Amino acid sequence: MRIDLSIHTELARKILTGFIRSEVTRTGFTRAVIGLSGGIDSALSCALAAEALGPGNVLALRMPYQTSSSDSLEDAEKTAARFGVRMETIEITPMVQPIIQLDPHITNVRKGNLMARARMILLYDQSEVFHGLVVGTSNKTEILLGYTTLWGDMASALNPIGDLYKTQVRQLSRAMDVPRSVVEKAPSADLWLGQTDEGELGFTYEEVDQLLYLLVDRRYSVGDCVAAGFSQEFVDQVLERIRRSQYKRMMPPIAKLSNRTIGYDFLYLRDWGT
Amino acid sequence: MQINLALAQIATKLGNVQANLEKHLDYIHQAEAQRADLVVFPELSLTGYILQDLVSTVSHKPAADDPVFGPLLKASQNLDLVVGFVDEDPRHRFYIASAYLSGGRVLHVHHKVYLPTYALFDEGRFFARGDSIRAFDTRFGRMGMLICEDFWHASPPYLLWLDGADVLVFSSASPGRGLNEHAKLESAWWVENVNQSYANLFTSFVVHSNRVGYEDGLNFWGAATVFDPRGERLAHGPYFEEALTMTTLDLNQIRRTRSRLPLMRDERADLVHKELTRILSK
Repeated sequence: MRIDLSIHTELARKILTGFIRSEVTRTGFTRAVIGLSGGIDSALSCALAAEALGPGNVLALRMPYQTSSSDSLEDAEKTAARFGVRMETIEITPMVQPIIQLDPHITNVRKGNLMARARMILLYDQSEVFHGLVVGTSNKTEILLGYTTLWGDMASALNPIGDLYKTQVRQLSRAMDVPRSVVEKAPSADLWLGQTDEGELGFTYEEVDQLLYLLVDRRYSVGDCVAAGFSQEFVDQVLERIRRSQYKRMMPPIAKLSNRTIGYDFLYLRDWGT
Repeated sequence: MQINLALAQIATKLGNVQANLEKHLDYIHQAEAQRADLVVFPELSLTGYILQDLVSTVSHKPAADDPVFGPLLKASQNLDLVVGFVDEDPRHRFYIASAYLSGGRVLHVHHKVYLPTYALFDEGRFFARGDSIRAFDTRFGRMGMLICEDFWHASPPYLLWLDGADVLVFSSASPGRGLNEHAKLESAWWVENVNQSYANLFTSFVVHSNRVGYEDGLNFWGAATVFDPRGERLAHGPYFEEALTMTTLDLNQIRRTRSRLPLMRDERADLVHKELTRILSK
């Protein structure tokens, strides 16, 4: 069974640019800050923000580490140029290297988390300098799989692409004229040479998006997914990833003591009063 | 007889009733300038939609001495108004409500009967359910009002039809969802189809006003519509943008359609009653 995840890109574009404009301007801001990695997710967020707010109101920040590939830097530059946004570059090596050097046994996962959190610090600092809100770049696939760093790449003021699966991000990116080299290259966190998301995850985005769509959007049971042609092992593995990473999708639970507790019975939208 | 109808699809400020009132008065003035007889605002147009703990702070009494309804009732001296608000009864139950204002008086208040409390909706947690579905007389004939989920159930429009309503006035704050390859969201597709079907089935006018704007990540899609008793679409507001959509309802169309298609005449409410009694007594 081949599931069609195609979206009407013009409609998505209209809703998402409207969302960015609304959420940025209702809080009294006019500008946005985006970490531009050279990958497709941040390129799409950048394109949407530029269209929503005007390119002059978007600051794209490149934050390379010493091992970041030159392709990533070039692709980020191409993206910023394509959409006419301001671009700045701040190296994170001097920030994270002293921490990395503290422990000779540091793992790649820890290094990746350090880099993601260093970038978060810079984005929020530039948010203050540029008077812009940080626009998120996490897509639905990676949020569901927990393929993210808590308080790192997950940190943002608003996320326009978090309800789009990776394959839908690709479709919308093509429609919005994101540079071809960005759309076509293998997705990577770019932590070491030759690293790819799909190599690390053990399956392709194309495959997992189909399954996630059935499990999440269409509310298929495990049995329904197997009947639809997915292996029991794959379904179990993905479901377990979703369950284990639920904590990454939530604010930390507050231990309830009083009659009214933040998170449980103190309920207001973020857009309260605006 | 004709109604010059104005559908005001506005974005609201969440919990800021004063700001929303000012927008209402602005749209009412625009409608007046275009010689409107009736302006229909969306669900909870004076308060915003996802109110949660704001509910008790935004309720207003539909009466002349109320600071929000005072100016609206005054405006209703010149043209009729349908507005969405939070109503509070004397026992301090809060309702999602629509009020029909005309000639400085409140002609009717409808309390939302079906409160969606599933998926992205949580209305039943914060609001009391209305317990009546009544048509009412206006200077343009008999009408009935429903709010959003009310008309996702077939019985409320049916009851209004039996109670004599020839113009069904629906209001919504419908969150857009179900993006797929089509140019219309699933939620918009559903609502428009259903409203057109009601117009056909009940050989009546079906008027729908839906809000626009965003609340956190939710979008509201707008696209106010009017269908005539033949199911023909008379008006269609833009998607996602604020707009005042004007159209004229030729009420004589009701007679012409029902002369050809006497569904109203042949409706067997007594049979419905008998079978309902049997089904409910099981």
